[in-house]
Amino acid sequence: MSESLYQEIILEHYKRPHHKGLRDPYDIEVHHVNPTCGDEVTLRVRVDGGVVQDVSYDGHGCSISQASTSVMTDLVIGKPIAQALQTHEVFLELMQSRGTMEPDEEVLEDGIAFAGVSKYPARVKCALLGWMAWKDATAQAVASSEESA
Amino acid sequence: MPFDVESVRKDFPVLDREVHGHPLVYLDSASSSHKPTSVLDAEREFVERHYSNVHRGVHTLSQEATDAFEAARSTVATFLGGQHDEVVFTKNVTESVNLVAYALTSRFGPGDEICVTEMEHHSNLVPWQMLAERTGATLRWLGLTDEGRLDLSNLDEVVNERTKLFAFTHVSNILGTENDVQRLAARARAVGALSFVDGAQAVPHQAVDVPALDVDFYAFTGHKMLAPTGVGVLWGRALNDLPPFMGGGSMIEVVRMTGSTYAKAPERFEAGTPVISQAVALAAACDYLTALGLDNIKQHEIALTARLLDGLRALEGASVLGPDTVEMRGSAVSFVVDGVHPHDVGQSLDELGIAVRVGHHCAAPVCQRFGVPATARASSYLYNNEADIDALLAGIATVQEFWR
Repeated sequence: MSESLYQEIILEHYKRPHHKGLRDPYDIEVHHVNPTCGDEVTLRVRVDGGVVQDVSYDGHGCSISQASTSVMTDLVIGKPIAQALQTHEVFLELMQSRGTMEPDEEVLEDGIAFAGVSKYPARVKCALLGWMAWKDATAQAVASSEESA
Repeated sequence: MPFDVESVRKDFPVLDREVHGHPLVYLDSASSSHKPTSVLDAEREFVERHYSNVHRGVHTLSQEATDAFEAARSTVATFLGGQHDEVVFTKNVTESVNLVAYALTSRFGPGDEICVTEMEHHSNLVPWQMLAERTGATLRWLGLTDEGRLDLSNLDEVVNERTKLFAFTHVSNILGTENDVQRLAARARAVGALSFVDGAQAVPHQAVDVPALDVDFYAFTGHKMLAPTGVGVLWGRALNDLPPFMGGGSMIEVVRMTGSTYAKAPERFEAGTPVISQAVALAAACDYLTALGLDNIKQHEIALTARLLDGLRALEGASVLGPDTVEMRGSAVSFVVDGVHPHDVGQSLDELGIAVRVGHHCAAPVCQRFGVPATARASSYLYNNEADIDALLAGIATVQEFWR
């Protein structure tokens, strides 16, 4: 059932999410919702020295939104902010490709499992919920560290 | 004539379709229904042979179009047990609610109360919240019991002498609950409040004699009752007591640069070119439903709903939000599957050709009341059969297996 959508990797991340649970210390906390389906994520970011030191989150939602957030934390934690933002751009492009893009495993790792989601326009916003929350929190964290510097 | 669902199904071309290699099982009629050939033909025949703008025309087509449009209004009025001039064509229920909420603005102020219920569709909630914001009036509401019925234990306190309007749904789109409209309207009348009823989930499925309900306003929409999108109805017992909502062409009496006077209802509330061919199609839908018999349709849906409720009860790990029996209940059944998010339930059912709706169904406060982020909802109509219900129940079992 739904094999192009519900890849084994997605089910694995859904059932055993990585880095889940809100942690201290953090710089910025954001709360993002998907008003059409009620999915929610609360996400914390800590940045230091131009590097994403930690991302922690809690939330509820469908398998796609939860698994995507889990994969995202694997891809950005410990990475330079610029590189993590670049990965976000690549993932966003994949999600907007309507199934026409061959994903790059070097860049997206487990994120390639979401290639099939891009064929389901109603579910793309689920896959982007955690990423958008992370991007928002990171931008705020960078802005506040520049202010205090 | 006995109700024969297999012959009804032949009137709906879409039911031949396959989805993902499975026969379509359409259980999303509470959101929007499919259209029978007779309704599609009526609209097409009107547009092809008799179409023009209505009113103020002397040429033949204009007169034919006006006759068809006004005949459609009469058909709808008869369908509701009401009078021709009590029927306003709107875009949908949302527009009907907003029309009344805006037209009543000057009657509300601080100290006045508007009463709604916790089971309303956003269309019968947000416009009243906005009316309260605009005027300083207070919004109050009746809560729900754990069974998904209205909690009437404090009805007399919540609907009181400060209440100026009581808005409530006839049948809930998310819980399926049917409310006792006469009792609620009587309480409104006893305290001198107007009553407004959202009939979107009632009129397509059961005979509704609106004047007998003793309400002031009653609204419903065409696309949930076999007609096209774009046409809704506002019925009102005393529409001429209201000022206009939207200004423009057709709603006037005399227009001068220094000011205008307004036409009587229903034209007063139909500014601009109205929904002409959609209204004609709505009348054809009323005729189709009347010919089949709304009591027959209701009995058919009760049987399907009972089968679904029984089947869900027998499935471990699935539960129903809303009344568990068919008494005072419509055919929309919301359910949750333990451990599987409703979006995943809906997506997985779609792979089996089964269309259900998932989300908060524009009734987010109901989800909040029951502590769920969303539900899956199966809603049957006159063209569904037992095989559809059985396919859904088997589909839910397959979903549970996949997500175990």
